[in-house]
Amino acid sequence: MLKTFHKGGIHPVENKFSAGREIRVLPPPEVVYIPLSQHLGAPAKLIIDRGEKVKTGQLVAKSTGFVSVNIHSSVSGTVRKIDQVQDGSGYKRTAILIETCEDEWQPGIDLSPDINTDIQYSPEEIIRKTLYAGIVGLGGAAFPSHVKLSIPRGKHARALIINGAECEPYLTSDHRLMLEKGKELIIGIKLLMRALRAETAMIGIENNKQDAIRHLEELAGKEEGISVYPLKVKYPQGGEKQLIKALTKMEVPSGGLPIDIGVVVHNVGTAFAVYEALQKNKPLIERVVTVTGKSLKNPSNFLVRIGTPVINLIEAAGGLPADTGKVISGGPMMGKALSTFDVPVVKGTSGIVILPESESKRRHVKVCIRCTKCVAVCPQGLEPYLLMSLAQNEYPDELEMNKVMDCIECGACSYICPSGRPLLDYIRLGKAKVGQIIRTRKN
Amino acid sequence: MVDTVLYTIISLSTIGVVAAVILYIVARRFRVFEDPRIDQVEEILPAANCGGCGFPGCRNFAEALVSAESFEGLHCPVGGNEVMVKVASFLGKDAVMGDPLVAVVRCAGSFDQRPRTNRYDGAPTCSISSALYTGETGCPYGCLGLGDCVWACDYEAMYMDEQTGLPVILDDRCVACGACVNACPRNIIELRKKAKKDRKIFVACINEEKGGIARKYCNVACIGCSRCFKVCPFDAITMDNNLAFIDSEKCKLCRKCAPECPTNAILEINFPQAKPKEAAREVKQDDEEVHNGKSVPKEGNGNN
Repeated sequence: MLKTFHKGGIHPVENKFSAGREIRVLPPPEVVYIPLSQHLGAPAKLIIDRGEKVKTGQLVAKSTGFVSVNIHSSVSGTVRKIDQVQDGSGYKRTAILIETCEDEWQPGIDLSPDINTDIQYSPEEIIRKTLYAGIVGLGGAAFPSHVKLSIPRGKHARALIINGAECEPYLTSDHRLMLEKGKELIIGIKLLMRALRAETAMIGIENNKQDAIRHLEELAGKEEGISVYPLKVKYPQGGEKQLIKALTKMEVPSGGLPIDIGVVVHNVGTAFAVYEALQKNKPLIERVVTVTGKSLKNPSNFLVRIGTPVINLIEAAGGLPADTGKVISGGPMMGKALSTFDVPVVKGTSGIVILPESESKRRHVKVCIRCTKCVAVCPQGLEPYLLMSLAQNEYPDELEMNKVMDCIECGACSYICPSGRPLLDYIRLGKAKVGQIIRTRKN
Repeated sequence: MVDTVLYTIISLSTIGVVAAVILYIVARRFRVFEDPRIDQVEEILPAANCGGCGFPGCRNFAEALVSAESFEGLHCPVGGNEVMVKVASFLGKDAVMGDPLVAVVRCAGSFDQRPRTNRYDGAPTCSISSALYTGETGCPYGCLGLGDCVWACDYEAMYMDEQTGLPVILDDRCVACGACVNACPRNIIELRKKAKKDRKIFVACINEEKGGIARKYCNVACIGCSRCFKVCPFDAITMDNNLAFIDSEKCKLCRKCAPECPTNAILEINFPQAKPKEAAREVKQDDEEVHNGKSVPKEGNGNN
């Protein structure tokens, strides 16, 4: 019997077209746009000026608080502009525009392909270097990793959970990373374990990635404390709380953090980035991005520099198909449709999904028929139909009472609704309002 | 049989009498004194319960009026000065005259002027569209055209113009309650001082981008060129973040600024025909048509 979480969940069609494609390195583009706010928390503060020459891996913006990270230049070249650049939603964010010349790396970065297995850092050093390298959670939420590694006083991390579930349909970047960079990944996990002073690490991988499970099981067998668990294929298994439930049978309390029950979850991509930052001295300036879609010529996995415009990726994968209806940044379940293609790849971009016109349309909204399918599939045990109508009619108190803040925005409710109701849209709106109220109450 | 009926009647009547006595005593002992004037003031108020005065409803406003020392800051936008004078004379206080206001939509980005660059098919409400996306055009400031303001209006004073994709306000019905101002997630709607014959002159744009960028997505955007600012003889125009704003308190409706505007972002409404400077001023014409008493379409607004 495979492990899984038990409350709710759905099983959308997987469509993992790019699972068999090796990670291809995409050369640095002619220009990159590096936004100053690629992570959750305060935007980084610029430390370079217009016209300055930068090298690949050079620090260009400094973190401005505990929940904030450094940003490094992903190419070498000249800073042309510091400008407002549209992000995926169409709003402007401050970004650095760098024009690339040849790829000259910052000295001290180890570019050799050798794997450095020798771990010589203390936990504090690991956290400090993670912060310096600008590492954020690469699963998509882009939460600064050093915050998760710094355990509050009085708490203790018993287990580290490595998230290799990749439950979103279409996406395969974590899958490929586990297959191709398994050895590095294991070292990254060991580094994370040392930083957390955790004795065990559990890697959770969904059962549709048999090759990755076998590969990592083989590698982990030689290490003490690291074990691999195949998981039943179910969305949203890659949700932090769902993964913890699946692997440990423990539940994160409402409003609490995983560390409250003694676990910390990191994505496989993050573990790999930690390996590169510590063993290779390489900051987070590139990531694996899946570019995929039904009518795309070459669904692929690319290793791209942060700041590469999305259109470059689409072109490298065979160009935009004629029947394109929507281009989504992230997975099809939680991702966001892009309004323009000049958007840069940021640290949190896990994939670009191109949906054909026929599949991208929303269904016609009908009335709620009280079937409670949304309640049945909610992995957090909420009542989406109720939250939607409360948000629609503006009852923030009731929303808070009904635990709207526990919603992980997985979109299972909107997916399953036979009436095609935009449940998650309204719940997000409600969450934003309640969040605002909670913040004002705290101040 | 007769006994049962009799006993029932007697026992129920006894309970009734006892309860009545208790209720009478309780009502006398715990009577809450309430100023009778509150009820009377409430009767004078329009009973719209719109919240335009800043209180949840007319009764709360009446309470505030009765207990207030002076009427400073208390104004019923629906009843206007007329009602406030009535209330003041009833309560024997001095009425504070407020300027009548009217709502205006500060965006002229109609379908012709602001081409659609993408399509939004999510939940049809501006609040969600604004929170997640910039809408269907490149302008991150302009009207989203999904009609949250029309939904918020209790007075049927607004409707969506299907030709332009923008909301239209009917001046004679607008009571300046401010519901649309609060409903608009982009703060496009503003309450402005009502002038003679409903004349208005305002900058129909809130785009704070630099000129070139603003113009890229919309032909009638304010580009922050300051020409109106320089020409204004009354210092009514302020320039802030590449955006001109005409203060309705200071504006004397001299109409010097509008012809200066290179993008026709300044709208003049309800003025007699101006000397024709440029032929095409479609947006303005649309609005004028409306103010000349076009009927309100009943269907087609919103998400039901």
